[in-house]
Amino acid sequence: MRQTVAVIDYGSGNLHSVAKAVEHAGSNQVVVTSDAATIAAVDRVILPGVGAMGDCMRGLQERGLDRVVLDLIGSKPLMAVCVGMQILTEYGEESSGIHALGVFQGHITQFPRSMTGCAGEPLKVPHMGWNEVMQVSHPMWEGIPDRTRFYFVHSYRYADIHAECVVGTCDYGSPFAAALARDRVFAVQFHPEKSHDFGIQLYRNFLTWDGTC
Amino acid sequence: MGLAKRVIPCLDVDQGRVVKGVQFEGIRDAGDPVEISRRYNQEGADEITFLDITASHENRATTYDTVSRMASEVFIPLTVGGGVRNTDNIRDLLLAGADKVSINTAAVFEPEFVKKAADKFGSQCIVVAIDAKQVGPDRWEIFTHGGRKPTGFDAVEWAQRMVSYGAGEILLTSMDRDGTRDGFDLDLTRSVADAVTVPVIASGGVGNLRHLVDGVIEGHAEAVLAASIFHFGQFTIGEAKEAMANAGIEIRR
Repeated sequence: MRQTVAVIDYGSGNLHSVAKAVEHAGSNQVVVTSDAATIAAVDRVILPGVGAMGDCMRGLQERGLDRVVLDLIGSKPLMAVCVGMQILTEYGEESSGIHALGVFQGHITQFPRSMTGCAGEPLKVPHMGWNEVMQVSHPMWEGIPDRTRFYFVHSYRYADIHAECVVGTCDYGSPFAAALARDRVFAVQFHPEKSHDFGIQLYRNFLTWDGTC
Repeated sequence: MGLAKRVIPCLDVDQGRVVKGVQFEGIRDAGDPVEISRRYNQEGADEITFLDITASHENRATTYDTVSRMASEVFIPLTVGGGVRNTDNIRDLLLAGADKVSINTAAVFEPEFVKKAADKFGSQCIVVAIDAKQVGPDRWEIFTHGGRKPTGFDAVEWAQRMVSYGAGEILLTSMDRDGTRDGFDLDLTRSVADAVTVPVIASGGVGNLRHLVDGVIEGHAEAVLAASIFHFGQFTIGEAKEAMANAGIEIRR
């Protein structure tokens, strides 16, 4: 079944690679758009995000896309990536504090300044590179082994791994959420479009996901 | 278990072809960048770094085209450097499909440019490349123009300053070792890696797999970058990772 997909363009970086990865995963129609009518017409929507949470929120608001995103929650499958995931939470402590969309309960907080790894070595921030994701059972993980490594690059994270919406966790200094989900929304902190075959598999799963958890 | 140390093959690209020189001279042709990145991607490279060494302005279009073709096929992070002088260059490279850009000479001439770039695009995509040469015991200085021009800046202090300006990562090359196959300058690598809060990529001098292991264990690097050992078929990325895993380093398989 061919699926039309909109990648929401709100002035954030690297939309090209998200669109290319979704095409590679099997969609024959991916549009990168900031047009509300186009977003309303497609089967599935991706909310990407690169950079600072505040800039992303502003970018959405300036284009009136914050309402567009909130309106589609629960009505069609939405996948959010990196800062796209962060702005679906309630609040981020980046810069002087960012009030976000509140689709998921919980906050985004900074990695602590002096973290150490298991051998006592200092851990660098940003958390940059390939780290293991521990899965919580969810249809979006179909065909992806537990503890598969995905590519992360971020300095802030969703730390409350006991929240009900958490469907994947990662560990860097301490555990944090790698994936959040609810009805028809799946959000990841890592970049599937940069995570080689299993990243593509995740987009492939999104193209057929019926939206249930 | 945790974050994996990264193995990054580096492509020095001149007018659309991968080349590799010895100590920045004596160029050998190593092939088509898209084809080579596809192979590295299949072999398990964690990222790819593309350094555009094309001097002339008119060939930049070739670079954007090559980056775009690579990004359409290779779904791992791609860093592009070489001739990045202003925020327009950065925007064009990110639009072409680069995930990070590496700033070198322009940072030395206008350090505030790094701040501007990090504010505009986010620290996560700003890599500052440092070319350092040893000038005394435990002292390294920054050089520009392919290692020909000294700047008077101390490498460790410079790295710290660049991080305070928003660099999200440091790509550290030893000019003394580059192309020699004698291994990384481990003292340099460790001095910089221990002095900054962001990841450091060790570069310059890899001739065998032990050198990669040393870069992580003794140099404290988060990632190791090499070119010729991979380009000319001496080792695969898989063999590099095997050697690192055998030395107890966490890697992505």
